[in-house]
Amino acid sequence: MENKIHFQYLIDGDDFTRAGEASSDIKSKLKMMNINPDAVRRVAIAMYEGEINMIIHADGGTIDVDVYPDKLTMVLKDTGPGIPDIDKAMEEGYSTAPDNIVSLGFGAGMGLPNMKRASDEMEISSVVGQGTTVTMTVLF
Amino acid sequence: MTAKKFFHSVYLNEERCRGCLNCIKRCPTQAIRVRNGRANIISEYCIDCGECIRQCPHHAKMTKHDHLDVLEQFEYTVAIPAPSLYSQFNHLTDTNIVLTALLMMGFDDVFEVSGAAELVSEATRKYIKAHPEKWPLISTACPTIERLIRVKFPNLLNHLLPILPPMEAAAMLARKKAIRESGLMSSQIGIIFISPCPSKATFVQEPLGTEKSQVDAVLSIKDVYPELLSYMKEAERQPKNLSISGKIGVGWGISGGEAAGTLTNDYLAADGIENVMRVLEDLEDEKFQADLAFIELNACNGGCVGGVLNVENPYIAKAKIKQLNKYMQVSKSRASEYTEYGSPNSLFWTKPIEYEPVYQLGSNMMESFANLSAVEKLLKQLPGLDCGACGAPTCRALAEDIVMGKNDAKKDNCIYLLRNYYDTLKNSPLFKEEKNDNSGTDPSGSI
Repeated sequence: MENKIHFQYLIDGDDFTRAGEASSDIKSKLKMMNINPDAVRRVAIAMYEGEINMIIHADGGTIDVDVYPDKLTMVLKDTGPGIPDIDKAMEEGYSTAPDNIVSLGFGAGMGLPNMKRASDEMEISSVVGQGTTVTMTVLF
Repeated sequence: MTAKKFFHSVYLNEERCRGCLNCIKRCPTQAIRVRNGRANIISEYCIDCGECIRQCPHHAKMTKHDHLDVLEQFEYTVAIPAPSLYSQFNHLTDTNIVLTALLMMGFDDVFEVSGAAELVSEATRKYIKAHPEKWPLISTACPTIERLIRVKFPNLLNHLLPILPPMEAAAMLARKKAIRESGLMSSQIGIIFISPCPSKATFVQEPLGTEKSQVDAVLSIKDVYPELLSYMKEAERQPKNLSISGKIGVGWGISGGEAAGTLTNDYLAADGIENVMRVLEDLEDEKFQADLAFIELNACNGGCVGGVLNVENPYIAKAKIKQLNKYMQVSKSRASEYTEYGSPNSLFWTKPIEYEPVYQLGSNMMESFANLSAVEKLLKQLPGLDCGACGAPTCRALAEDIVMGKNDAKKDNCIYLLRNYYDTLKNSPLFKEEKNDNSGTDPSGSI
């Protein structure tokens, strides 16, 4: 038996209303796997926030999910504008979301902090002008 | 898992079922498979929402409930009518007319579920205030919603409002009143619920939040309705003063009514099982920005007036409830008036609802993991059309059934795979040789 199951999601940056499809899909799969429900919930939250970020800031991207028997890792990769100051972006309430997004009730500056809170490990690498990769791990 | 735990009031009339695919595509929990030309309901998945009853063009989905002759089994009977009963009549101006007609029909007494609902509303208001750490509290009046959360949303179980539904509260109070007034033993008294849905009938057999239901029998509104109609005229001439509920209680029959009874603005009310599922998904993923205190969820469109055992169109029924309770006093029943019936604490759950992981792909993590891998692999071979022709609602459901060895599923159930297999055979040299030997015609079949 292979020791992991891989899923890839392409996040369409054009369609805001589709945000959350990938996290819903992975959640419904994980719910069938005897994984503790709280870990499933944390995966869904972390991924949902990541999806929203990719759509708001980076015109979409890809999410690669690997499910292992004891953990899940997700790599969210985009080719957007990049994050100039990651520490600043991690602050609760700091947001660079455009007004039209804020008017929809998003852009509260809680995306990255929520991802950090929901996951067990999180790494961000970002190059301004080239894109951002966020890797998160949730332990089961 | 005992059989009792997944008792259902929804069942199949095998003679009427033609094995069409309407129900499998509409079942919100994917609980139906068509095998050998008949629908099969998977007991652990079914939440008694009644959607298949609504959809079946052949009326092959039925509800187990009692019939009118059940009244003869008891010395003394009390009707406890659901508030949605009032919405079935045209131009009803006074609920006392319906209640009086119920007595004329043969019941010894009536006790309005809407009256008990006002006590539940009162207890809910106090509970919401006392437990902000559990916000948003999720309504537990609709047993289908409780069963849905029990199998699909384990993370939300601690948000459930631990108060018994109005039907159960009414039955409890009606029994105490009947014992006192009749002088009979509890076993001689029949507390009979008049129900808008199969879900409540299931609750009586397999209650949630309590060990045993106080309801002795369940009649459907559609069975009681024609009987009642014949007494309505007479009841209208001299209605007795039997009503114990106001606007809040009667309002419980429609979506938003229970939430209105909490007297808070920080609520959400959703109805219709698909809408409810979306709300629960978003709630679980913490997508709500607003701080809600209360969430009311009804499996049926429009609320209880949308239950499949009603007669009237749900939206017309909803309008009728609004007209009926327009000039009613806000509330008539208060806990302080029922102190001799026991403490208000008796409205609360005596046992918690626990997670039932019925959708697992294996008995442990490793097995589920291996099975999910197998499902994903198998899915790549299936056409992904979700046509339902195999008898499962989606390609994924078929793949899961095959991998799990459940529901009599085989790859051959998929007509696309079968056709591909046939094409492979047809083009194989062996097949061509045989054809040529036997008839000498072109194997492509053209004449």
